Amino acid sequence: MQSLSKVWLFCVLLLVSSMASANLTIEITRGSDQALPIGVVPFAGSEGMPEDVAQIVQDDLERSGLFDPLARSAMFEQPSQSDDVQFGTWRSLDVRYLVVGSAAQTDGGFELQFELMDISGQRRMIGETVTVRGNDLRGAAHYISDQIFEEITDIRGAFSTKIAYVTAQGIGDNMQFGLYVADADGRRSEQVLTSDEPIMSPAWSPDGTKLAYVSFETERPAIYIQDVATGQRVKATSFDGINGAPAWSPDGRRIAMSLSKDGQPEIYIMDVANRSVERITNNNSIDTEPAWAPDGRSLLFTSDRSGGPQLYQYSMGGGEAQRMTFTGNYNARGRYSPDGEQIFLIHRSSRGYQVARQDLSGDRLVVLSESTRDESPSVAPNGTMVIFATQQGNSGVLSAVSADGRSSFRLPSAQGDVRDPAWSPFLN
Amino acid sequence: MQLKPLARSLAAALSIVVIAGCSSTGGTQDGDSYGSQDGSTTGSGTSGTGTGSQYGSTSGSGSGSGQQADSRIPEVRTIYFDYDRDTIKSEYESVVMAHARYLRANPSAQVVLHGHTDERGTREYNMALGERRAGAVERFLNIQGVSSSQMSVVSYGEERPAVNGQDESAYSQNRRVVFNY
Repeated sequence: MQSLSKVWLFCVLLLVSSMASANLTIEITRGSDQALPIGVVPFAGSEGMPEDVAQIVQDDLERSGLFDPLARSAMFEQPSQSDDVQFGTWRSLDVRYLVVGSAAQTDGGFELQFELMDISGQRRMIGETVTVRGNDLRGAAHYISDQIFEEITDIRGAFSTKIAYVTAQGIGDNMQFGLYVADADGRRSEQVLTSDEPIMSPAWSPDGTKLAYVSFETERPAIYIQDVATGQRVKATSFDGINGAPAWSPDGRRIAMSLSKDGQPEIYIMDVANRSVERITNNNSIDTEPAWAPDGRSLLFTSDRSGGPQLYQYSMGGGEAQRMTFTGNYNARGRYSPDGEQIFLIHRSSRGYQVARQDLSGDRLVVLSESTRDESPSVAPNGTMVIFATQQGNSGVLSAVSADGRSSFRLPSAQGDVRDPAWSPFLN
Repeated sequence: MQLKPLARSLAAALSIVVIAGCSSTGGTQDGDSYGSQDGSTTGSGTSGTGTGSQYGSTSGSGSGSGQQADSRIPEVRTIYFDYDRDTIKSEYESVVMAHARYLRANPSAQVVLHGHTDERGTREYNMALGERRAGAVERFLNIQGVSSSQMSVVSYGEERPAVNGQDESAYSQNRRVVFNY
């Protein structure tokens, strides 16, 4: 019995260590010269608390590429409320906005207060008291970041969202795959699934409660739908051949996918309620990687019907799919911006495979990333950033670039490869 | 949630039995060590010499395998492809022919053709390319008289590379179809 409990303890430790190792860290790789200078003063009373809330807020804002935070070492005053802010002090430091606040422990958790100041306008913009239940200081910090971001930019913040991603370790027949969900900053990763067979293409349901993904756990591909909170899941499709590239419709009732059951891969739409599938494309080429337009009226997908892979748009209700990309001979894995006016894709340039953007109304393509082995772009629900997988040395890492290409950051993992990121919808 | 499919363990156990019962050679199963870049080497595995030799002769000259060889699963179980191509290169035709002979001689034998790509390009598109490669081998075997009921295709795309690395020597070893019995 004693030895059994030791084994159990070992298993627990193994689980904990593997979960910890899947945490991702942030490295800013490119800062924008148009970023707004902001000061985020350490919150009074936060010393000794499990999280440094002001630091999390500062990191969130910096990662967006729209803000250039002032170093703490340059703050020779550290006010905690608007009444104590000396505007001249912060003007002399070239700060345009200032965040001040305080933190206190309560019976059931914490209470945070923050205020956002416009330094040049010498006014208080917003302020709020945030009640934190339990230990969720990180969640509260991301909420504060969302409020500040929206107040200044008029764009809804996406700091409280999640990312799903796949990890892989090993080589050949001896590999381990993991599906994880983490905060948008890569922290607080939680294991959703592990397998010694490949896991691919996680896709969030529009309400953010479920993931559809491809798993080879039966030694061939099948699409599963899993409830993120409960872990409950169902096998949605396991036709002969490829079951791949699931993409939820905006209303959550249908999933577009690529199936090769009738020969070559074609786009199908599955009814989530009754699992029936309807074939959308029909030709002798590869059709895969579908994505729904935000209005649900069209599908973007990759097809090699013209030779190499290019993006095509199919309009619901029929008609021929229209070719959308004409720059170069490899454009694949397209995703719409939330306003439906742009697409993000993988473009093969003279340098390699890179994340690019194209207006839907025109055919001018703009390369956004500086890396050259990019895959799997996924757009933040507010459209400001695109997360994607790339290579750093010999490791697969996640990286993100702003939709305008001005700023970027990387999320390296401690070990193994990280790939196939999927940015969640807004969760609150 | 840890998944260890029973089928996989069973398959592994079965394959041990099969190997113990059918093979007296010490050859590698997957052939990951076969070079293919210069096209000068080719696996035949039909000679039944039992030496564990990894390299057979070039196509044409190694075709004289006898009945004895057809009772064994050919040792060379991996063939390689050019970038973005699903054409079976002439140097690997003898490998595929050996599998065709084995499958014809053993109608109860089943093979799963695993198609793989290198890591370049998008993952799901590579799934489709891997399926094309395995499908090309399946059609070739079918033309050689192997029953469709003995074959199935699973593409792994770029998900299971045989070797790590971001250069052509690694890529060329990852663009492959593996015969899994």
